Amino acid sequence: MATTAEPAATSSAGELFQGDRGDSRLYRDPALFAEEMDRIFKKTWVWVAHASELAGPNTFKTTQIGAQPVLVTRDKAGKVNVLLNRCRHRAATVCEKKRGRQSVFVCPYHGWSYDPDGTLRKVPHSWGYEEGFDPAQFPLQSLRVDEYNGMIFATFNPDAPDLAEHLGAARKWIDLFMKQGAGFGVKVLGEHSFRFPGNWKIQLENTTDAYHFPIVHKTFLDSLDEETENVFDVLGQGGWVEDLGNGHSVMVMIPALVDLEHDLDAPIPERFAELAQALRDEGHDEATVRKVVRAVGGTGFNLNMFPNIACSMAFFRELRPISVSETEVHHIAIGLDGGPELANRMRLRLHEHFQGPLGFGTPDDAEGWERVQRGVQAGDDMPIMVNRGVAAPQGTAEPGHDAGDVSSETGMRAAYRMWKRMMQG
Amino acid sequence: MTTSIFAPTTATPRVAQVITLAEAQALIWQEAELLDTLGYKAWLDLWTAEGYYVIPTERGDGDPVVQLNLLYDDDAMRRMRVKRLTSGFAMASSPPARTVRTVSRFVVAASEPGLIAVRGAQILVEYKYDRTRIIAADVTYRIVATDDGLKLDQKVVTLINADDPLHGIGYLL
Repeated sequence: MATTAEPAATSSAGELFQGDRGDSRLYRDPALFAEEMDRIFKKTWVWVAHASELAGPNTFKTTQIGAQPVLVTRDKAGKVNVLLNRCRHRAATVCEKKRGRQSVFVCPYHGWSYDPDGTLRKVPHSWGYEEGFDPAQFPLQSLRVDEYNGMIFATFNPDAPDLAEHLGAARKWIDLFMKQGAGFGVKVLGEHSFRFPGNWKIQLENTTDAYHFPIVHKTFLDSLDEETENVFDVLGQGGWVEDLGNGHSVMVMIPALVDLEHDLDAPIPERFAELAQALRDEGHDEATVRKVVRAVGGTGFNLNMFPNIACSMAFFRELRPISVSETEVHHIAIGLDGGPELANRMRLRLHEHFQGPLGFGTPDDAEGWERVQRGVQAGDDMPIMVNRGVAAPQGTAEPGHDAGDVSSETGMRAAYRMWKRMMQG
Repeated sequence: MTTSIFAPTTATPRVAQVITLAEAQALIWQEAELLDTLGYKAWLDLWTAEGYYVIPTERGDGDPVVQLNLLYDDDAMRRMRVKRLTSGFAMASSPPARTVRTVSRFVVAASEPGLIAVRGAQILVEYKYDRTRIIAADVTYRIVATDDGLKLDQKVVTLINADDPLHGIGYLL
């Protein structure tokens, strides 16, 4: 687990990544992990929620930022707050529910009660405190919060650049990703979560790793009809990986599905024929049917945002570091907010097919990551290689961005460059 | 390729025999042994064609068709899943963790000619990489009588920690 030691002003940890090679300690050094929690998870913007998870006043969810438990609330004024889940008195968590709706958080230990904005409302038997004890001085500790297109981030760092600046070129891709709301908006429908015995950066790398897909996910591909299997031929469609700056990157596997509103007259794939007909039978016009069906299939890219959130084809992938050798992953299913119910059912079924602890894809990913953690115990002097990649196809990535072919490890190098910058900061 | 967008189906009993709890137990234990011994192809034959196998992500009585599940398998998905698990190409299942499970605490939830619904408790221990894990679940079974003997028609496995982080599971629950 993380220690609470204050980091030194400078650190040599950044030396562990050089160019396109990483040191094995990146995955296995507990002291390095503690330093990462301080230098990265306490210094940059960490994703905590999608706006739809806080649907209305007095809603909340619990999560964590680095090792620290936090409470994400929408107060009665509609403002989102991110609060440390720690009573100001003697530190008990004030909420252990995953999500819900409530207008007050009462510490179960001595009954200190807090408003959703963190204000300390009342202290039982306050006569026992010296005169001058002012509850206003003891709100739940709140973090800096900002939101972009429904994605809510928080940071401990008052000096972090604005969220918009931090996201930078990733914002365009968030906007493209949210087109799978089909104009209704995007809503969280549920989530799968699991832990694997491996370092968090192994998962971070995987989000822009198309190279593993046909190998690790052969059994998923084999379960698809021929038309869909061709769609998931991720290495064969002229895709690319693009460094978006600040550790963020995008891997485009299916270029035809970058902009879901493009070419809506294209034939509806066979696997969506039943859904399309059911939507027509419900009375939706053909334009709506096409827009909804296209949205249901999701996008053709993974947007990986440093350090903990990805917009991954059709879901959010959140990682939570637990220890140097344990990581929690949430695969958050999303759908259309107020769109046709049948469309959301189809989204759920597609999500279940690949994702989660019993999906056709995730268990094999988790096994692979565990194998990395087991293998890295060997060979102190052998580097972790993230040097793969040839040039991106002409006319794909934005001019000026570092980019490589779809199977390149460009996204991993981008993440590690940010890692290095922050660890040296 | 995926299961239908429509709600789970069930089979209509074809044979009006009264199914005893002992008979239902025998089927449940046969299933448990087949799953522990990776007899997946034989396991497929325990099912009706209409049957659904469901593992929800939430405890409670929610409707699985409108909720996210860990697994929501009709006949076609069960067959594809078994193909995957037995292919040799799924890393998590080549080999999977070893498992030993017991199913007990049976209660008859419903009984009518040709049909019995049973609630039970399943305790499963898995072992891989020098590590054992325990997975506990409430399980409900709908079993129907057919010309070909008793068949599983619905199985819902509600994990004690359905709504908490699990781990990659390369076998069947």
